Amino acid sequence: MLYYGTRLFVQDSLEGGYVMAESLLKAVDIYKSFVGVQALKKVNFEIKPGEIHCLAGENGSGKSTLIKIISGVYSPDDGHMEFDGKSYSKITPIEAIKNGIQVIYQDFSVFPNLTVMENLAFNSELADRRHLVNWKRMREIAEEAVAKIDFKVDLDALVGNLTVAEKQMIAISRALMFNTKLIIMDEPTTALTKKEVRNLFNIILKLKERGIAILFVSHKLNEVFEISENFTILRSGELVATGSTSELDAKKFSYFMTGRDFQQRHFVPVNLSENPIFEARGVGMGGRFTDVSFAVHRGEILGITGLLDSGRTELALSIFGIKPIETGQFLVDGNPVRISSPQVAIGNNIGYVPEDRLSEGLFLSQSIADNIVISEIDRLVKSAGILDKKKRSAEIDKWVNELAIATPDPNNACQTLSGGNQQRIVLAKWLACNLDVLVLNGPTVGVDIGSKHDIHGILQQLAKEGLGLIIISDDLPEVLENCSRVLVMKAGRIVADMNAGETDEKTILSYML
Amino acid sequence: MMERNTMQPLARFEKLYSNDRHLWRLIFLIIVWMIFIAITRFSRFYSLLNFQTMAAQFPEFGLMSLGVMLCMITGGIDLSVVGIANLTSILMAYLLIQMTNASGMIPAYAIPLVFVLAVGIGAALGIFNGILVSKFHIPPILATMGSGELFTGICLALTKGNAVSKFSRTYARTINNRIFDLIPVQLVIFIVMAILIWFLLSRTVFGTKLYMLGTSATAAKFSGLKTDRLLIKTYMLSGVCAALGGMIMLANYNSARADYGTVYTLQCVLIVVLGGVNPVGGKGKISGVVLAIILLRMLETGLNRFPTISSYYISLIWGGVLILIMVLNYFTENTPRFRKKIAR
Amino acid sequence: MEMKTQTLLKKLSRRNEPYIFLVLLALCLLIEVRSGQFFSSNNLVDIASALIVPGLFAIGAFMVIVSGGIDVSFPALASLSVYATTKYLLDTNYQGGVWVAIVIALAIGAVLGAFNGLFIGYFKLPALIVTLGSSSVFKGIMQGALNSKQLTTIPVGMREWGTSSLFIAKNPVSGLTSRMPVASLAFVIVLALVFLMLRYTMFGRGIYAIGGSEASAHRAGFGVVKTKFIMYIMVGMIASLAGVIRVCMMQQAHPTNMLGMEMNIIAGVVLGGTAITGGRGTLLGCMLGTLLIVIVENSLILLGVPTSWKSVFTGALIIIGTGVSAYQVIRMNSTRKIKAKIQEVV
Repeated sequence: MLYYGTRLFVQDSLEGGYVMAESLLKAVDIYKSFVGVQALKKVNFEIKPGEIHCLAGENGSGKSTLIKIISGVYSPDDGHMEFDGKSYSKITPIEAIKNGIQVIYQDFSVFPNLTVMENLAFNSELADRRHLVNWKRMREIAEEAVAKIDFKVDLDALVGNLTVAEKQMIAISRALMFNTKLIIMDEPTTALTKKEVRNLFNIILKLKERGIAILFVSHKLNEVFEISENFTILRSGELVATGSTSELDAKKFSYFMTGRDFQQRHFVPVNLSENPIFEARGVGMGGRFTDVSFAVHRGEILGITGLLDSGRTELALSIFGIKPIETGQFLVDGNPVRISSPQVAIGNNIGYVPEDRLSEGLFLSQSIADNIVISEIDRLVKSAGILDKKKRSAEIDKWVNELAIATPDPNNACQTLSGGNQQRIVLAKWLACNLDVLVLNGPTVGVDIGSKHDIHGILQQLAKEGLGLIIISDDLPEVLENCSRVLVMKAGRIVADMNAGETDEKTILSYML
Repeated sequence: MMERNTMQPLARFEKLYSNDRHLWRLIFLIIVWMIFIAITRFSRFYSLLNFQTMAAQFPEFGLMSLGVMLCMITGGIDLSVVGIANLTSILMAYLLIQMTNASGMIPAYAIPLVFVLAVGIGAALGIFNGILVSKFHIPPILATMGSGELFTGICLALTKGNAVSKFSRTYARTINNRIFDLIPVQLVIFIVMAILIWFLLSRTVFGTKLYMLGTSATAAKFSGLKTDRLLIKTYMLSGVCAALGGMIMLANYNSARADYGTVYTLQCVLIVVLGGVNPVGGKGKISGVVLAIILLRMLETGLNRFPTISSYYISLIWGGVLILIMVLNYFTENTPRFRKKIAR
Repeated sequence: MEMKTQTLLKKLSRRNEPYIFLVLLALCLLIEVRSGQFFSSNNLVDIASALIVPGLFAIGAFMVIVSGGIDVSFPALASLSVYATTKYLLDTNYQGGVWVAIVIALAIGAVLGAFNGLFIGYFKLPALIVTLGSSSVFKGIMQGALNSKQLTTIPVGMREWGTSSLFIAKNPVSGLTSRMPVASLAFVIVLALVFLMLRYTMFGRGIYAIGGSEASAHRAGFGVVKTKFIMYIMVGMIASLAGVIRVCMMQQAHPTNMLGMEMNIIAGVVLGGTAITGGRGTLLGCMLGTLLIVIVENSLILLGVPTSWKSVFTGALIIIGTGVSAYQVIRMNSTRKIKAKIQEVV
């Protein structure tokens, strides 16, 4: 049934000759494969001048391959493209830039050690094949570039000292310096605060007014709905749906992304313990958060949400002892403890799943096995620090099975796994420590919708087994679905404490902003 | 288990090879060189005495290399090993002078005592390095370069650049002994340390933590590892290795001097890298480093059997082998990874 | 106006050069007070001429470190190219000026530098390993193939250039004289050229850009591989020039006495505020740092400190200097984060 539905979408947007005449970029029947892997299979894509188009898909769906083909980094095996009326089968990166295609990567491609001025002017100077540096001209170029989007910044400041949002503005201003017709933004909102996202969207709308098309890569549902007019969703290298965003809803979106139907499972706590397993009483740290109090019981999932700058991450780091609190106290099982380091936290059976899985949570090049046991390793000994290999492999087998980590051999490097499986390893690492309390900061950031669903299932199961969980997240549907109670933080303080069943996204948002 | 048993011998070997490609390459090089020497200079190389001499020579820099290897696994480096070795040997030489009586003899407890003290001094100097790296966050390359200079400076200030030698010959004679008239004492010291470090790296919790720390210091912190203490322990171990190397130098030269073994600093780094330890950290095996040490010694001694060829060529061959192996690694290891990256 | 000086002061306080300059000044004043000899004309000239060779090496090491690499091969490279040059000229009984020697040495230096550049640039091998290997190879060629021994005589052109002086400073009190070698001009010229190159050419800015982020540099359109390759050739040439000057000034070619200098040179560069991780540093700071090392090595004797103590001081200097800048980085990071937060809230 739904299969035909998607086909209809495709038909809709490509029907009729007038659409073709109007389009800025058209990619027709694109094929691309890498050593045996079919990355793109007969993919069609189209964007008109001044159109804001969202390209979505899970990891490995082929969306980054498609971007790289459009921007000339890869050449397609088959198919052709039409840009601004010209038809071609492949293009070089420099030709793409000359044609007016600009890509803004997730890391913004800036030089942190150089000034704003140089960061802005290098590209055009290099494009003009200049060999000498004229600082006056570079300054003029830079001034002109920031003026285009009314971006106020000290041109002599080092880019490394700027905020993420400012770096992004630099990348955008730089992209606009050429006769740009299409800007491709790769996950542009990942590290931005809500306010910064608003600001970014305003700029995108301004660019649209100027007739610049924006291709927006994202897997965040609310952003897709908010900013884009049209969407394209890829799955396993194939086009599954394209059309107007107004015809899309959350259910269809996740179906198109994953090919699966999901039932939402609202978490209902059972077997709550009488006394809290973990409690914070008036804790504060360096002006980042003050007078925060809450309690978590066994069997409960407590959600803490707030904007990026609300102090939620700092609070999480404090519970785990990375940034110890300065005022107030934490109680574990009713006893006051001074959590001064991660070792103390672990000693009190508190674990922490960090925000940035790749750099903080995992040893990517090391084996899955070692990643699972590293935090409990001191217990896997015979005597005097000598490893008990039997115990070790028993633990590893246990957790690989229990969390269904998809790997042929736990001795493989962690980096061979997908985001969802990697997050399971981080979970396994902590569960192996026999925790009472698990703090999760953004537990499903960058995780596919399918895995996200599975991880939520695991978390709910853990709570039922008697763990106390704290989920810190700004993914409101996630918080509402999985938590029994929700705290909202704003400017370092808790401003609301609600039962998840009695509130909704709108209410929470009103407290957050 | 079943799978492993049913594997064809060839497939099994292939797996063994691809797991440790680097190691096999070193073994291959050693064998080629041994065959070459066997054909050209058999009698002058293949004698017990020659092997005994080699076995007595390499432990001094071999021990230092073991220390450098440990630091490199954590993503650091130790450029102060020679400074530690010389400072230890000079201090112990002074102590031996004090203990030498008029008839040129030292008491029986002297040698165990100096070794225990040497280990203590090496550990203390290593801890100093570890503190600079972990608590003061100085990049290891700079911290140990500075401390190495400092230790050498203390040596120079103590000795005014002269050799310290007038201690009992009993020390050198004891260390230059051969156990059962066969195995040089130096080799025994090296083997003991090598086995100890192998054991630490592959059989203990400390070893696992070391590799993890070298892979990602941030993730180690977030996993609750005591990173500062791990680093201090590592540099301490490196200091102990270096100090023992210094004690062997003291025996081999029968004297101590501030500028002995200055070429060893870079040579140790060379050995460790050639042994397959990744300078970025997180990867490396002691077997590779030991093989690299043996390869170096065999090349050098073998070359000395050709009187017409300047022994200085060893340096050329050494550097050449290092670059060659790195280029080989680049082609065999980078290519599949590169492909995988694109496929994504 | 006041605002301007304030922001200027603020900017200055964030840089390393003022600190190192103050340390340098304090050291000089201390030596002057203790000995009364430091600011005498002949001592200053002595220090200036002692700076020439380390200064040239430091320029090369600076470029490499800014690009995010490290070079430990330059003493071996310089030794090989100058030794080969001297030997060749002696063998051919060359009687002409020094220019031929310089040209030959630079050519050899370029080839040897290209060797480094090939492996670091094109094969993308780690710079530390490549230069360790190449320094071993260069030593091997010099001592093995060229069978090097100390050459006590050098060609007449080189000898004359080494002894010719720009001017001679005489200490009115002690009557001691010191001469400023003509070679110092070569140092000044190289310094000026590299300064201009780093500041006013895209190639020079490319070195900084690569040190900041190689991936960004590539995407911006810098030829990363080519820039590195050419840079290592330049470094080889500068090191070779330093080698020629050293041989001319010492009036003899010793194959190994430059080896081992690399550590102190790198220390000077880093003391001058050049980030070992690349991308950050100024030539001025680099020269101040090198000067500090040179003064510690040459003038401690005026303080009544025996020369045998100089390594203690250099070692301590490196540890304290790098410790302070490591601390600065930590402090800067934390204030930066707080500042960023404040901006977000406002």
